[in-house]
Amino acid sequence: MPRSLIQQEFLVKRDEERCIECKVCVRQCGFGVHEYQDGKFILNDHNCVNCQRCVIMCPTGALEILENKGVPRRNAYWSEHSVRDLRRQAESGGSLLTGMGCDRSYPIYFDHILLNASQVSNPSIDPLREPMEVRTYLGVKPDKLSFTGTPGQERLVGSLPPVVKLEAPVMFSAMSFGSISKNTALSMARAAAELGIMFNTGEGGMHPDLAPYQDNMIVQVASGRFGVDSTYLNSGRMVEIKIGQGAKPGIGGHLPGEKVKEEIAVTRGIPQGADAISPAPHHDIYSIEDLRQLIYTLKEATNYQKPVSVKIAAVHNVAAIASGIARAGADIITVDGLRGGTGAAPKMIRDHIGLPIELAISAVDRRLRQEGIRERVSLVAAGGIRCSADLVKIICLGADAAYIGTAALLALGCHLCQKCYTGNCSWGIATQDPYLTRRINPELGAERLSNLIKVWIHELKEFMGAMGINAVESLRGNRLQLRGVGLPRNELEQLGIKQAGESM
Amino acid sequence: MFSEYREFYDYDNDICEGKVRIPSGCAIAGLINRESKKVKGDTIAKMMAVMHERSNGLGGGFAAYGIYPEHNTDYAFHLLFMDDQSKKEVEAILVKGFRIEDQQEIPVRRVGAHRNAPLVWRYFCSPLDKEREITEEDLLLKTTMRINRMAPRASVMSCGKNLGVFKGVGYPEEIAEFYRIDEYQGYSWIGHGRFPTNTPGWWGGAHPFSLGETAVVHNGELSSYGANKSFLENYGYELSLRTDTEVLAYAIHYLRSQGFSWDLVSKVFAPPHWVEHERMEEPERELYGALRRVYAGLLMNGPFSIIVAFSGGLMALNDRLKLRPLVAGEAGANLFLASEEAAIRRVCPQPENLWSLKGGEALISRVEEESACHVA
Repeated sequence: MPRSLIQQEFLVKRDEERCIECKVCVRQCGFGVHEYQDGKFILNDHNCVNCQRCVIMCPTGALEILENKGVPRRNAYWSEHSVRDLRRQAESGGSLLTGMGCDRSYPIYFDHILLNASQVSNPSIDPLREPMEVRTYLGVKPDKLSFTGTPGQERLVGSLPPVVKLEAPVMFSAMSFGSISKNTALSMARAAAELGIMFNTGEGGMHPDLAPYQDNMIVQVASGRFGVDSTYLNSGRMVEIKIGQGAKPGIGGHLPGEKVKEEIAVTRGIPQGADAISPAPHHDIYSIEDLRQLIYTLKEATNYQKPVSVKIAAVHNVAAIASGIARAGADIITVDGLRGGTGAAPKMIRDHIGLPIELAISAVDRRLRQEGIRERVSLVAAGGIRCSADLVKIICLGADAAYIGTAALLALGCHLCQKCYTGNCSWGIATQDPYLTRRINPELGAERLSNLIKVWIHELKEFMGAMGINAVESLRGNRLQLRGVGLPRNELEQLGIKQAGESM
Repeated sequence: MFSEYREFYDYDNDICEGKVRIPSGCAIAGLINRESKKVKGDTIAKMMAVMHERSNGLGGGFAAYGIYPEHNTDYAFHLLFMDDQSKKEVEAILVKGFRIEDQQEIPVRRVGAHRNAPLVWRYFCSPLDKEREITEEDLLLKTTMRINRMAPRASVMSCGKNLGVFKGVGYPEEIAEFYRIDEYQGYSWIGHGRFPTNTPGWWGGAHPFSLGETAVVHNGELSSYGANKSFLENYGYELSLRTDTEVLAYAIHYLRSQGFSWDLVSKVFAPPHWVEHERMEEPERELYGALRRVYAGLLMNGPFSIIVAFSGGLMALNDRLKLRPLVAGEAGANLFLASEEAAIRRVCPQPENLWSLKGGEALISRVEEESACHVA
């Protein structure tokens, strides 16, 4: 038997004519693909993950990464990747890990939905000339307001529950310090502060360097409760209970002890070198009434000054679960879809559990409206928002705002090699290796993220203007601005949208 | 999509959506006498007739206030039926919640294009005692929703006290003729000429839309319709008439049932822009911030001019960007509102004041008030 039956995935080609032997590739690769010994390059391309770092950093364009197409015999049933995964399992005896979101070819509903625009009877609005309002508030709303005073001179009676103000309906998803580098977290924090939106600490506690950005911070409480104390809870603008994650519904997390270096240990409040295990369930939440207790525990701990969000993975019964969460006292419900990313998840779980965010948000929004409680809570979509059009579509399907995670990391250099769990990220994003993490400069990273979101906001305004809408609130749940193409009737019904060509 | 409407129209001979296309816009008009003096229906009909070119014959209608003083304690249901069977079904729904005190076919002239018009009846009703565990407002809403579910076979034109809506497919002056509205006298009137662009032209889809004590006419298109619909569905409203204006009627009903003044209703429909909000002083700032946060789903987005009639008053409002015309004119105790100045001058050649409403600023006028109107 040969040592390994697994065909290598990628081939690295070096153009000797172009190569000036500067050895940038050797230094840049986090996976040891390029070595230089005795005046010669040694290529370990069986280690290559196709993250493109060497290709992009090579000053003479001498490198190229190719898919290893020579093998194996084509089989429509046994795909290459399923055979490769099977052999890896056979050789390692371990469940396969992966990173980022599900990359399988399930239907992408976003790509089967088209948006509307005004013509004639309803003038489109030029966002450069007219006010175009995209400010969004997240938090619980009272069923009604009360006033005193005579008509025209009314005053509000009482005060409203706390809310989080977003200058645009988009936020950076939860990513813990540990899963990503400190510089990556700082890039998002700075961008969020500049844009007037939020970033999320994830479940890893708050690194002291993030303290200046507390006004734009969501602090997360997950099943491992890492770094959670009253200072932490009170430091952000909002608290998020993480029940589940779209990339690994029903599964906990595991940061191996060797990654728990001093800074992470301090931030998480655990011993250095100890495994950081997030159990699959919260061990104090075995049912909805326990969740209610945790929500109110957190509200007590924050003196009812912070809205509390509950984040769940989109699973088949998501609508009923969301309804329970709303009734349990959550101010915000966050639903994370099938395509949501992760730093590490079992590949089988990531690729086979959950449902697309488009269907999930639509189902949750409809259910909450049927129960007459949709206006009480805010609904945040996460998992697979790729562009401003996706953002508009998910808002029209019922979300108040969306989290972006993968999109933010792509802006910082991620090439979706899905090897986050190795800690070798050549782009300095999903690694704690100081040699690699300094590749992200928080100032430049923040600028890239800020550019990205500003463009999305501009595009969002253009979409709204085209529809003749000048306040983002009029987009929310506005399914009549959507039409489906290439979807069967039952999927259109599930999404609550009409077929393209059908009028109002 | 609208195949169910087909059986009620003779597409070759009847006027229907898609058959006629004249590039123009909707027309709206309103008038009120703040000394409660009764004005005959021909005044509003004349105002509408001047604006003939703004509609295409696919819908016209009027609402009149103060027309049934002899029945002023009863709810006056104005109902449309396509056939006798529908009428029977509707009556069965009505008697579940109401005692019918009086009923009659609304007097009409079945001539010309309207010889095959639907049946139009009015029922003066008082709520049954056994339904007293819900408020009369809720009973009206429940009954209206039940009847409108039958649309297009039947629909409620109006159901308020001492008021009535008269509407149908045709030019407003034809509808006035059909319903003989010159025979009614009211202290306030609103009228509408329709030019439907994205919803079918059918009798129930004509304006005004009315629920309870209010009626609304609308020129414009609500791009926020889908969002407004989503909001209202939380509170038991069913949008069954397939036209954007329906949300206005229900939004008004919802907000009024929450105790909102007309000033506040206008600020929900057309809230100050955030930039204006930032310049406000407390406690105004807090009030408008809270209104926007809680009732953003009822923000009316897109071009509109509306005139809302209610017991004892009128409210007129334009969208925040002022994308539709709306002119007001005052003469003595009379206030006139119309899409075009010409409509006002037709019935009041020399108004004392004449002005165009500003975007997002409501004009509210009540009977028996010191001043004819105020701006909110």
